[in-house]
Amino acid sequence: MSAPAGVPERLTGLVQALRGHGIRIGTGETVDAARALEALGLTDREYVREGLASALLHGTGQRAVFDPVFDLYFPRGVGAPGLDGDGDDDGDGDGRSGRPADRDDLRDRLAAALAAHDQALMAQLAAEAVDVFGAYGSSSGSDGWSSYQTLDRLRPQTLLAPVRASVRAQGARSAGAAAFTDRLLDDELRRRIEEFRRLVGTEARRRVAERRGRDEIARRAVAPTADRVDFLFAGRTQLAELRRTVQPLARKLATRLAARRRRASRGSIDLRRTLRGSLSTGGVPMRPVLRRRRPVRPELVLLCDVSGSVAGFSDFTMLLVQALHDQFSKVRVFAFVNRIDEVTGLVVRGAADAEGLAARIQEHATLTGWHGSSDYGVALGEFAERYVDAVGPRSSVFVLGDARTNMSDPNLAALRRIGERARRVYWLNPEGTSQWGTGDSAALDYAEVVEMHECRNVQQLSELVARLLPV
Amino acid sequence: MTTGYFTSVEDVSARLAETGYLASPAVATTVFLADRLGKPLLVEGPAGVGKTELAKAVAEVADARLIRLQCYEGVDESRALYEWNHAKQLLRISAGRDETWDEARTDIFGEEFLLPRPLLTAIRGDEPKVLLIDETDKADVEVEGLLLEVLSDFQVTVPELGTIAATRRPFVVLTSNASRELSEALRRRCLFLHIGFPDAELERRIVRLKVPGLDAALAESVVRVVGALREMDLRKMPSVAETIDWARTLLALGANTLDEGVVRDTLGVLLKHQEDVLKAAAKLDLDAV
Repeated sequence: MSAPAGVPERLTGLVQALRGHGIRIGTGETVDAARALEALGLTDREYVREGLASALLHGTGQRAVFDPVFDLYFPRGVGAPGLDGDGDDDGDGDGRSGRPADRDDLRDRLAAALAAHDQALMAQLAAEAVDVFGAYGSSSGSDGWSSYQTLDRLRPQTLLAPVRASVRAQGARSAGAAAFTDRLLDDELRRRIEEFRRLVGTEARRRVAERRGRDEIARRAVAPTADRVDFLFAGRTQLAELRRTVQPLARKLATRLAARRRRASRGSIDLRRTLRGSLSTGGVPMRPVLRRRRPVRPELVLLCDVSGSVAGFSDFTMLLVQALHDQFSKVRVFAFVNRIDEVTGLVVRGAADAEGLAARIQEHATLTGWHGSSDYGVALGEFAERYVDAVGPRSSVFVLGDARTNMSDPNLAALRRIGERARRVYWLNPEGTSQWGTGDSAALDYAEVVEMHECRNVQQLSELVARLLPV
Repeated sequence: MTTGYFTSVEDVSARLAETGYLASPAVATTVFLADRLGKPLLVEGPAGVGKTELAKAVAEVADARLIRLQCYEGVDESRALYEWNHAKQLLRISAGRDETWDEARTDIFGEEFLLPRPLLTAIRGDEPKVLLIDETDKADVEVEGLLLEVLSDFQVTVPELGTIAATRRPFVVLTSNASRELSEALRRRCLFLHIGFPDAELERRIVRLKVPGLDAALAESVVRVVGALREMDLRKMPSVAETIDWARTLLALGANTLDEGVVRDTLGVLLKHQEDVLKAAAKLDLDAV
């Protein structure tokens, strides 16, 4: 294959950028990717994308990082739409020269594309829109391209009503369209508009990357994978994504725990069953049968800070607890801000509506006294007084919170009392280690009493939980 | 070393389609690469999107023998690789009570007493083969170690016999539902493919292909409803298999169009949890179930 100049550089640049986002790619995979490019050729961009993804990636979650980075290193085109530069890897710019006269024209065409759900046309329109509306800066060769500005001027969300009307009109003409699916239309159109917004974002990033160097943009402008987002800084959409990662995570942990429990249950040889088993091999005991130990199901006690400052963290951990519920004979969950209350009943499995969990806890449990800020000392003290029966020699206690006591007494004695009764006590702190002990944080004091771990994102949480959970 | 079943990505799509497997561009591309680079293909994705079917379809297209290793908790070397035929060995030993040593010393660890299991079977022999290692994530971690030798060098070492290397590589497909994280070493040896839910256009074609009697407008409605369900936050999202089941159900019921009653009565075909059914009914504005 006569590769256009720069393909090896592009490939290694892509690999570097992906590594920068925490995806582990070895040299072997890079070589595979190059072989894949050789086998596929560069004629079809989607083949190239899928081929590289299959060779370089190892998991589903990495795809969200891969796609935007790929768009930067193997762009759909170069420069302004319709003015496709030299032979790039995509023959998309086949003589389109009709620049939009104005905003209304573009909106009309976009409406048609949305109605037909023509993805190729939507991508093309996104490129045009960025070209016309996205430029900012003083000179003609402007300083940058903004997806925000593009979308602000184009206002694709306001197209919902006209597109709906036109789709309905078409539906009426082709008789037999089921009235039932009509009610799905709005949501479908909203998703298409969302898709268009993403396309605009990609296009703007690409244009900026041309100017500023794609390595820089690849490093900054691509969001991290969901499992590496800091709990405390996660936005609304990211939280939703985090929630979706809980379910598989819980399943993964459950199998891992089951395997550990199975291994741990291997005990002494069961002579009777070994001999019975040896009949098929002429009385030679080829396979020793081990006696099974009676399984002891461990108990779990969780103390969760659910105050506003750690909302993302506690919300998420609750979901994990909910998912792990059936792995343990006894899970008791306590929530606190400055009073502590048992919320086990609210967290039980099967009670769907994960989103409302935090709200339900706030509503049904008494968590605050006469002020709304968290107070670890009082909460721990109250737990040690009222609920200490929940903790026994078989229970592992997890305290989840940032240990910021708002300058009040940390009450280390109470935590020590809990620690004496329990099998183990762990503290998971969503703040980075460097922050411990700063300001009103009593983390270092608590860390002397119990084991404290930094737990800032899903990745860390899953590692910790897998390591710390009792078998 | 390539397996050499396909000539191009388009060739993959076209020939898989002949067997009734409609492949997305992603699927076709990776299958072509797995074939061309001679690497195993690790397929992940939700249940019921056609991971196992893909291996079957490739076997059919390539006119190859499909060898299947179904993984489960506790699958071990003797189930996956090979086993010595103990009974036969004992028989051999006890049959020769009165013979002289020269006659008796036939090695009881020879080919004759070897019982090949799927992995060894896939390595040996010259006929085209497709090896399907199904639900790899269900197997214990130790089995992955076993797979590493097979997948990177296509050879198996039997201590008593030496190393048996493949003369003709099988086309290998591993499937996983990601219920356990597979090891980095295993992933590194494979091309990775995630099969998600197909886009509406592809799903429509799949439904029309699998349920030929269904009328086009209804097929479209079916796919749209399923698409809307997948956007909801459900415990178990309906998969392609469920879409096809639902289409068949509608056909069997003789429903010509979707209306509230039909959807309400048949929602159980698509959703497998009562809470999901309730949630979907609420979101789709169905009357009380």
